[in-house]
Amino acid sequence: MTAILALHDIRKSFGPIEILHGIDFALHPGEVHALIGENGAGKSTIMKILGGFLAASSGQVLFEGKPATYRSGAEAEAQGIVVIHQEFNLAADLTVSQNIWLGREMGGWLLDHKAMRVATQALLDQLECRVSPDARIRDLPVSDRQMVEIAKALSRNARVLIMDEPSAVLTGHEVEVLFRQIDRLRAQGVALLYTSHRLDEVAHLADRVTVLRDGAVVRQAMRGEMTEDGMATAMVGRDLKDIFPPRRSDFGPVVLEVRDFAVPPLVSGIGFALRKGEVLGISGLVGSGRTELAEGLVGLRRHSGTVLRNGAETTIRSVAGAAEQGLAYLTEDRKERGLLLAKTLRENLTLSTLDRFGSPLVSREAEEKALTQAISDFDIRAPKRDMAVGNLSGGNQQKVLLAKTMLAQPEVIIIDEPTRGIDIGTKSQIYHFIDRLAREGRSVIVISSDMPEILGLSDRVLVMRQGRMAGVLDGAEITETAVVRLVMGTTEKAIENA
Amino acid sequence: MRNLSLSTLGPLAALILLVILGAWLNENFYSAGNITNVLARSAFIGMIAVGMTFVITSGGLDLSVGSMAAFIAGMMILAMNAMLPRLGVGIPLVLAGMGVALGVGLLAGLGNGLLITRARIEPFIVTLGTMGIFRSLVTWIADGGTLSLDFGTREFYRPVYYGGLFGIAWPIIVFAIIAVLGEVAMRHTRFGRYCEAIGSNDKVARYSAVKVERVQLWTYVILGLLVGLATILYVPRLGSASGSTGLLWELEAIAAVIIGGTALKGGYGRVWGTVVGVLILSLIDNILNLADLVSPYLNGAIQGVIIVLAVVLQRGKSSAEGR
Ligand SMILES: Nc1ncnc2c1ncn2[C@@H]1O[C@H](COP(=O)(O)OP(=O)(O)OP(=O)(O)O)[C@@H](O)[C@H]1O
Ligand SMILES: [Mg+2]
Repeated sequence: MTAILALHDIRKSFGPIEILHGIDFALHPGEVHALIGENGAGKSTIMKILGGFLAASSGQVLFEGKPATYRSGAEAEAQGIVVIHQEFNLAADLTVSQNIWLGREMGGWLLDHKAMRVATQALLDQLECRVSPDARIRDLPVSDRQMVEIAKALSRNARVLIMDEPSAVLTGHEVEVLFRQIDRLRAQGVALLYTSHRLDEVAHLADRVTVLRDGAVVRQAMRGEMTEDGMATAMVGRDLKDIFPPRRSDFGPVVLEVRDFAVPPLVSGIGFALRKGEVLGISGLVGSGRTELAEGLVGLRRHSGTVLRNGAETTIRSVAGAAEQGLAYLTEDRKERGLLLAKTLRENLTLSTLDRFGSPLVSREAEEKALTQAISDFDIRAPKRDMAVGNLSGGNQQKVLLAKTMLAQPEVIIIDEPTRGIDIGTKSQIYHFIDRLAREGRSVIVISSDMPEILGLSDRVLVMRQGRMAGVLDGAEITETAVVRLVMGTTEKAIENA
Repeated sequence: MRNLSLSTLGPLAALILLVILGAWLNENFYSAGNITNVLARSAFIGMIAVGMTFVITSGGLDLSVGSMAAFIAGMMILAMNAMLPRLGVGIPLVLAGMGVALGVGLLAGLGNGLLITRARIEPFIVTLGTMGIFRSLVTWIADGGTLSLDFGTREFYRPVYYGGLFGIAWPIIVFAIIAVLGEVAMRHTRFGRYCEAIGSNDKVARYSAVKVERVQLWTYVILGLLVGLATILYVPRLGSASGSTGLLWELEAIAAVIIGGTALKGGYGRVWGTVVGVLILSLIDNILNLADLVSPYLNGAIQGVIIVLAVVLQRGKSSAEGR
């Protein structure tokens, strides 16, 4: 079988720093090829080179055995090479339908809005996505935006489809839908390239796996030749044991209690008590109101109900107010709400705690010290210290966001999708970090769509369904089946546990 | 310095070129009189432009500053003339007039700011509206003519424009102080950092516990105060105000900010760049007046070319970052 798209001895440098050191790599029709590696290993960079979005510094890109002639993403797409980017490439103010047909609008002099809307609806139906073709991208949650990206790629009739962590922001059901589409395309003879930090997905999907470490290929294997553990070891370069920390047992008094809490229009009737030193997991489908609940708690959305902090009733109207109460929220939308992509690491790190860095003048020195500390605490891999955060690899951006939130030393931390886009080695670091926070006497609420994460981290699990509490599971009750049942609504679990 | 790129150094290089050109074209260019003249003329727009830098950096815009200056000048003159019988000509009268100017500036800025942050109306719309309101109010109060300071007051107040310290005119001194304070505030204080953060992405700023509305409100209030300050130094120059006082100042201030490298869409602010921008604009004017190479009527055209060039340079920079 001949390769349709291949890289030969590809090198890539940004400024003086070489990121890719001689990559050889091929994609074959009718095959799913998975590319795995740690954050910053160079996966996205390889994909951008394949898709024409970046030029290699040296080496050859071969398309159908001949040196590739495309010089931009658009030209590559015209030849059937389509990329789904890790960071969304959608115009936030345009509608779903306008985005999907951007650059290839139907109609002559006048746009044929109806035809485009119908075609969009068909694509979305295929993906079982219930978003309206006329919804504005800006108003969609990240998971829906990802589904729109996928729909857009499917509309392109790709011969090569390159997917950069498409499942990172999706939940179980959406991932299944995606996998069905991948299977369909594979059967049609499309060459697929896939990355994910979820190694079970890779083991399930990939016909061929390439492992990347620090910009070089360290292993290639065919389906079944490498176990998930083998992949993790090859990626990280050492054995990984104990991804999850051992469970904690003694908790202090209740530090945050919520009664009859509602965030209109979706969320209502929420009540729970969070103890000192406890990790409370919140599980549920995308759209079940988990993020809305969190944003209501820290004053980003209008809410009603009673909130007791250390037993005393409080009202929180803004993030600043929440910070005064020792409450912090780490958003799931790091690109739009979490980080200033054009600003440096330092400026991002200290933004929410700038008042601690001197007044009236901000001390550059203190900021630099905090950055050094954060880089080592969170193992942030930045090729250059003063680079824009937007140029970091996705996982490293997430680490900067974590570091920024922790700088405020909050007592109650709500983390929305803590390990989205993070490699398995760092994931484990973050889990141990959350555990350490809890053992130090802080309380953590973890919102996650990652089932092993919920199961492995939480002392208690609150499950949400359609904006309401479906139930709370405690200690030994926390099993995958029990959580899934509550998530899907197949049985009602008593709410007295709350 | 970390961003020593073409777009940062461009304005500075242009300024140096203009200085050399000016000296080459006319030997009077370097005379103390001419330098004072250029700097003093820059001072008014300059102070306003420093305030405008913060407004634009945080993603806003203020089109009303020129009319606001006229309105403040009018109110100041009316108030001083009204207080004259009670206070008599003297320092108390001038101080009272200055207080009125700053007070009116503060209220005008506060009005703009509240409409923008509380009523959530686009800055462009709000200040387009207040631009018309302020100017027509002065014209109405002056009944289409000119409001003049009482002769005695005018003579007493004159040194605020024409006098100075160690041979440096007051407007220049005040402008220099404002420029330094502005640069420090933008680079080294929380306020400056917050302005840049809000201009880059106000949602991220809000999620980072930044009080977005409050910071934005402050930028307009500070700008109002600076317009008041500029007016205080401007009124003694002519001793009068009319419907055409401060005409097009808003455009000159915005142009200076943009030439200086601040992004019109917000997110990056350079106060020292703004100062360079102001100087460039008034040097062009000065050189055209001194040398009869090109008609001074072409001043606007040359300034226009410079503005467009500055923006092209900025774009070159941002697309390099996007890669
Ligand atoms: N424009 C750029 N300028 C400088 N460095 C860059 C740029 N783009 C990427 N890099 C660096 O190249 C390295 C590889 O990044 P890449 O995005 O390919 O990693 P990745 O394997 O996709 O990681 P992740 O799993 O976190 O998404 C990183 O260290 C990143 O910081
Ligand atoms: Mg990546």
